[in-house]
Amino acid sequence: MSGTITKVSGPLVVAEGLADANVSDVVRVGSQRLIGEILNMTGDSASIQVYEETSGLGPGAVVETTGMPMSVELGPGMLDNIYDGIQRPLPEMRALSGDCITRGTDVAPLNREKKWDFVPVAKPGDQVIPGDVLGTVQETSAILHKIMVPYGVEGEVLSVASGEHVVTDVIATVKDKKGKIHELPMFQRWPVRVARPYTRKYVPSRPMNSGQRIIDTLFPIAKGGTAAVPGPFGSGKTVVQHQLAKWSDVDIVIYIGCGERGNEMTDVLMEFPELKDPRNGEPLMKRTVLIANTSDMPVAAREASIYTGITIAEYFRDMGYDVAVLADSTSRWAEALREMSGRLEEMPGEEGYPAYLASRLAQFYERAGVVECLGADDRQGSVTAIGAVSPPGGDISEPVSQATMRIVKVFWALDSSLAYARHFPAINWLTSYSLYLDTLAPWYTKEFGEGYMQNRSKAMHILQEESELQEIVRLVGQDALSPADRLTMETAKSIREDFLQQNAFVDEDAYSSYLKQYKLMDLVLRFDSLCRDALQKGADMDKLFTIPARERVGRAKMADVKVFEKDFAEIEAQMKREIEEVIAGGEDA
Amino acid sequence: MIKEYKTIREIASPLMIVEHVEGVTYDELGEIELPSGQKRRCKVLEVEGDRAVVQLFESAQGINLAESKVRFLGHPQQLAVSEDMLGRVFNGMGEPIDGGPAILADAHKDINGLPMNPAARAYPAEFIQTGVSTIDGLNTLVRGQKLPIFSGSGLPHAALAAQIARQAKVLGDDETFAVVFAAIGITFEESEYFINDFRRTGAIDRTVVFSNLANDPAVERIATPRVALTAAEYLAFEKGMQVLVIMTDITNYAEALREVSAAKKEVPGRRGYPGYLYTDLATLYERAGRRQGKKGSITMIPILTMPEDDKTHPIPDLTGYITEGQIILSRELHRKGIVPPVDVLPSLSRLKDKGIGVGKTREDHAGTMNQLFAAYSRGKDAKELMTILGEAALSEDDKLFAKFADEFERRYVSQGNSTNRSIIETLDLGWELLKILPRRELKRIKPEMIEKYLPKED
Repeated sequence: MSGTITKVSGPLVVAEGLADANVSDVVRVGSQRLIGEILNMTGDSASIQVYEETSGLGPGAVVETTGMPMSVELGPGMLDNIYDGIQRPLPEMRALSGDCITRGTDVAPLNREKKWDFVPVAKPGDQVIPGDVLGTVQETSAILHKIMVPYGVEGEVLSVASGEHVVTDVIATVKDKKGKIHELPMFQRWPVRVARPYTRKYVPSRPMNSGQRIIDTLFPIAKGGTAAVPGPFGSGKTVVQHQLAKWSDVDIVIYIGCGERGNEMTDVLMEFPELKDPRNGEPLMKRTVLIANTSDMPVAAREASIYTGITIAEYFRDMGYDVAVLADSTSRWAEALREMSGRLEEMPGEEGYPAYLASRLAQFYERAGVVECLGADDRQGSVTAIGAVSPPGGDISEPVSQATMRIVKVFWALDSSLAYARHFPAINWLTSYSLYLDTLAPWYTKEFGEGYMQNRSKAMHILQEESELQEIVRLVGQDALSPADRLTMETAKSIREDFLQQNAFVDEDAYSSYLKQYKLMDLVLRFDSLCRDALQKGADMDKLFTIPARERVGRAKMADVKVFEKDFAEIEAQMKREIEEVIAGGEDA
Repeated sequence: MIKEYKTIREIASPLMIVEHVEGVTYDELGEIELPSGQKRRCKVLEVEGDRAVVQLFESAQGINLAESKVRFLGHPQQLAVSEDMLGRVFNGMGEPIDGGPAILADAHKDINGLPMNPAARAYPAEFIQTGVSTIDGLNTLVRGQKLPIFSGSGLPHAALAAQIARQAKVLGDDETFAVVFAAIGITFEESEYFINDFRRTGAIDRTVVFSNLANDPAVERIATPRVALTAAEYLAFEKGMQVLVIMTDITNYAEALREVSAAKKEVPGRRGYPGYLYTDLATLYERAGRRQGKKGSITMIPILTMPEDDKTHPIPDLTGYITEGQIILSRELHRKGIVPPVDVLPSLSRLKDKGIGVGKTREDHAGTMNQLFAAYSRGKDAKELMTILGEAALSEDDKLFAKFADEFERRYVSQGNSTNRSIIETLDLGWELLKILPRRELKRIKPEMIEKYLPKED
């Protein structure tokens, strides 16, 4: 089925003679066979968004529909790979067309030649339903890829292969109730704009360990939860996203570089194979899929990249894995939406964004969650979605930030003034929030006792008080404060500098286990409680604040993973001793 | 055979509509021949059926609907490139204006370039010594980075950019370098300032100048940075040169873009700029970088003036989201006589971490950098408090921090436009300033570094 172009305006092409095509079909445009997708139909003419640069296209060129919606291929070979927004593998495109991305390059998403060792799980004669595992493939050293019965196929297994196969080989045949025989290859296709089905959805109840102290201790996120990281440029959004991609205790990470810098993707590509997962020692790249549609790549493919990413995430979730999707940045995605909407001459909503912006964003985040997967074995998987937001001028009153805040449960607000003071991660503790605290508190209590959450609320209380006291200091100076209030200020400073600040570029500090976070917070708060006692006993305030142990508290976070407990105990003992001395000194005088 | 059309239906500068065209494609370059025989350039923005919307690069003055002829050339705008471009001056469309001969083209390149495959990029990691402490020490520039200067009207950004162009070098390296200078809608005087500086230092022979001055056609400015970057890409990736691209002023570029967008009656985004400003700027800035297996590199220093010194204005804002950091100039420091008036705290180089440290600069670099930032930030807070409440309200420590902030601005930031400090001098100066502070406050630096580098009390 083919039509002819009547209009070209940037990435928007209008073609007529496509009466039989469906909305959302993928089409091939012009002699270079550029990839496009049908957005609207009027009569027999279709508005098409083209995922590649349209320079050189003109009326009269041919448009062919493939009859299929925009889909991804799901199977072994996705991990440790980097794709563009429409799932074309970038290393293979480079091999084919050089350092720059040329148009009309056609590469299969999954390598057709690579052989995988398929280990069957199902046996002939088994009754299978969608989601049941037919067999497994050790995709990378870190991840066992489960080949599942695709959605819509149900019945009796007639045959299962085993041994070395390429993804297109038939590895099982299934006969359904009507007697139709389905030949199943190792991969399946799924339309990206449709959420993959599951049996049941649950409320998230386990925390995702990110190794970042301000996140894990103050504003935790649940596995299967949603979070947004808004911040002006230079506030460290990308570093936060990279840290999460590196250290989160999930099985799979999908990192979507959506309309961001090319060098950032290169950074991930170079760094991740070197970094080891702190839990199993495997290179992090072995559990990562990268989707890179950088800002200079065609804008329409940027719109698709978010969907490509979340669909791949859902597929791994269906195997029973915990998956994290990191999208940097959703604002660029929204801008791509705005650009296409403008070219379609739609009536704009706020700031030129289309009126459906909020509902599209909600649809994306709603694909996160903890689910019971399809299949008979009741396995559970989760998709955690974390999106960076880049509000113009850092002002979160703009439509993308506002629409996102209505949906997500965790909000890590980055603050440029913290970034200027080189307080990283520059997450503001007064404006951020996590709505998972109540559901996650029982987990923390079970693992570490009541102390963890008590410390948290105490720390939050002190930080809150500090901001009020700072107002007073600004008006009348520090001397007007009572010793107790001065102590609150000192402790708050210690929480900020010795606990919340975390250097992503120092190995000892980049990742903090829960236990280390707990003990470190304990240490910082111990100073507060000891000093409060001491002040009661009339100890000299300035001497208390300058005891040498405080310098050691300041360096405590750098302690090695293996020895930190011993270190912290020593520091605490020293702190006690020195405070005692100050008290004794006070009595002598 | 190229067809000629005499079917111009409408002209509303900078747009023109031509009817009854055949075989015209999107983004194609065209040529208009006036009755006087004069020729002007244009490009196709939209084709619908047999009707083409065309954007003029020059003024519409003198175009006559009945007599003027339009030809479409069958390809997008191209630039003839060759190594002979070095030392020459071109207009904003890439035509020689220095009276010299036309360039014998080695190749013709589409000025829009192609997006670089992220898998083909090499991560920028080679330290460039600019000799400016605030850049080398605190916001380190590396080869292949794009680091804009955010300036304001009346601030001396030209002096800083010229200083960088003059002093920049990679330590222990003698590869061929080249400068590509794109003047985008700036005044004759500012352009001459750069060219004279290049001439004075002899850099002019290694420089390609693309000049679209304030009185040149505004719409031509949309092509100027693309033309310049096409030349830079050729020199860097085909001739293996280390290219420094200076583009000034991006604000004029964005305004030209807004002018065309408004003429096309597009739905405007913030402040009337088109919704695709981010994407458009990205297609310029992202052309900087290094490629795996290629010797050359493009390092880019775009300059823009922030309207009303407002960093949240769409042009600096979107630029900051694309570039790898920014150097911000401060009017307050300029008034205080600090040269160059670099506002250290909001300035940033995102790629510094890979360009510093052992084997690149010195092992203490990262720690002292963070410490200087944190101390200056605290010192500025203390000084602010001091202006409200008086010196007596400050704690002893805060008084030291306030003193540090003053000294830091006076000695570290204000080095003048002709001092060329080596990275070692910059780092040592940093330590000398940190000596002002109590040692227990130097939490960002490892103790062994303090032991090794902190100047001892005499």
